[in-house]
Amino acid sequence: MKESLHISNYCLIRNSHLITGQDHFFAGKETAFPDFIKETYRHFNIGYPKFFKMDNLSKLGFLAAELLLKDRDLNLDYGKDGTGIILANASASLDTDRIYQASIADRSNYFPSPSVFVYTLPNIVMGEISIRHKLFGENAFFIKQTFDPVFMVEYVKHLFENQIVACCITGWVEMDSERYEAVLFLVEKTGPLNNGIAIFDVRNVDDIYCLKL
Amino acid sequence: MEKKIRIDNGKLAFVDEVYIVADNIVTNLGFTSEENFDQVLSGYTGIKLLEDEQMAPEPFYASVIGREALYNRFSLIGNPDRYTRFEQLVLCSVHDALQGTNLNVADKRVLFVLSTTKGNVEQLGESGSLSSENKRPYLWQSGEIIKSFLRLHNDTLVVSNACVSGLVAILTGARLIRAGLFDHAIVTGADVLSEFIYSGFSSFKSLSQGPCRPFDKSRDGLSLGEGAGTVILSSRPDLNPKGEPIHVGRGFSSNDANHISGPSRNGEGLYIAIQHALRHFRGKVDHISAHGTATPYNDEMEAIAISRSGLQDVPVNSLKGCWGHTLGAAGIIESVAALHSIRKGMLPGTKGFQESGVSHPVHVIAETRTEKISNCLKIASGFGGCNAAIMFYR
Repeated sequence: MKESLHISNYCLIRNSHLITGQDHFFAGKETAFPDFIKETYRHFNIGYPKFFKMDNLSKLGFLAAELLLKDRDLNLDYGKDGTGIILANASASLDTDRIYQASIADRSNYFPSPSVFVYTLPNIVMGEISIRHKLFGENAFFIKQTFDPVFMVEYVKHLFENQIVACCITGWVEMDSERYEAVLFLVEKTGPLNNGIAIFDVRNVDDIYCLKL
Repeated sequence: MEKKIRIDNGKLAFVDEVYIVADNIVTNLGFTSEENFDQVLSGYTGIKLLEDEQMAPEPFYASVIGREALYNRFSLIGNPDRYTRFEQLVLCSVHDALQGTNLNVADKRVLFVLSTTKGNVEQLGESGSLSSENKRPYLWQSGEIIKSFLRLHNDTLVVSNACVSGLVAILTGARLIRAGLFDHAIVTGADVLSEFIYSGFSSFKSLSQGPCRPFDKSRDGLSLGEGAGTVILSSRPDLNPKGEPIHVGRGFSSNDANHISGPSRNGEGLYIAIQHALRHFRGKVDHISAHGTATPYNDEMEAIAISRSGLQDVPVNSLKGCWGHTLGAAGIIESVAALHSIRKGMLPGTKGFQESGVSHPVHVIAETRTEKISNCLKIASGFGGCNAAIMFYR
């Protein structure tokens, strides 16, 4: 018999608002993303100075993961390689690619910077989350035109069924100029004492993604 | 473990096994796998001193595909004025791989997986701006262009996972077939060299002074390359009546959880990926196709992970000295070379390698040699601390 999976927490960030499945809520005063994400960081007393060196995509994914995993230690629960991170978005790292491109466009004012260049890959956000939470498990980053709950649910279920993951952080982390949104899900196996906040299926995932903020 | 069952022409069939039934490599060394593999066996390299003021302020060593050669090749299958070099590379590679197979790409059981790090990033405007009409730098748009050119039924799935993209794309295609969601997956990886990529690696001081020298004592960095590679995965080994199908094992991708741009000092992430890839494999590993970029840290980290896995006596090669680091294509191109090594019983030497320069003993082969092997462990690592490992076997 197939084990059933549930969503034990989620974190949704959009339109200067953040909400989690554990009732954390924050309505930012700032509308521009860089200001909003900083005020959110301060509001939740994150205390991780490396945050300020990250690009916008990584800041968004990192902060969503902070709230998703608040009061959890997945390393303790599932071992160092038991938790997978499976993310997707539409714009890959284009938000930072544009900044980097502008830094090399003019040869008389040519400043390619390694600290910007390293963020011109979308999977860096998974690296930042992995470093913070000491997670060594399965990693994959996909690009889709829009959020695709069908693919996400099917792929993650397959990873569980084949013991590739015992726990999974999955979702959508999108950053494109002024537009941003993140939804992360913490997916775990259902047990007698552990049945989370909703079954991990396409409908529930889509309902959470579509919450109005 | 539960086996997936499918009805195949009225008969029951298991879809636990996934095979590579066809493949292609496009690089400076040729437009087919055979051309590329023959050149590699003969010790040729596509890496040359490149003077291109558009791309770099000073000459540098890289493996690039001649504009005209690619233009002419692509004009056999499409109008080259309507497609970017990146798209031409992808489509040339897929077109050649499909020759000889009887795969109907328009079938709803066929998935296309595209692996790339930067795709059409060259299409970003000078200041990095993007006009509302120009969607080409979006990787999903590359997927749409491929879908429309090939008349695919399904949307393309794009993987962008730094330098392990190619292996993650193969793993994903194989998993979706095992999950019973598709019967076939065309997996193509490609990246083109651009000012964007050159300047970034240059700013990291990762580029070598001469052609790169994987695992060598005097290695001083990587050589960039461009190219495309394709593997066609299928649950049906008879899809290509001419070629010997090779099994795709269960693999794993992992994270170092250490640093976003520096390899782990103890090779932990890669070690974990190798352990998972070998968990389902019985028998001894005959060959390792390494990532071997020839940066001091990467090769050292790989040597540690290989040695920790007890694989220090297994013949290892890195083919980065033949066509440079082709980024999102590398994992696929090098996997194709590994399949040909298995089929032909020939192990290409590590171009540029003379004397070991890693602290842990690994059996790097310098010269091409005849050796009957029945499997290969392919490994890769990249920015963001990502690693991947996968077994291919007869």
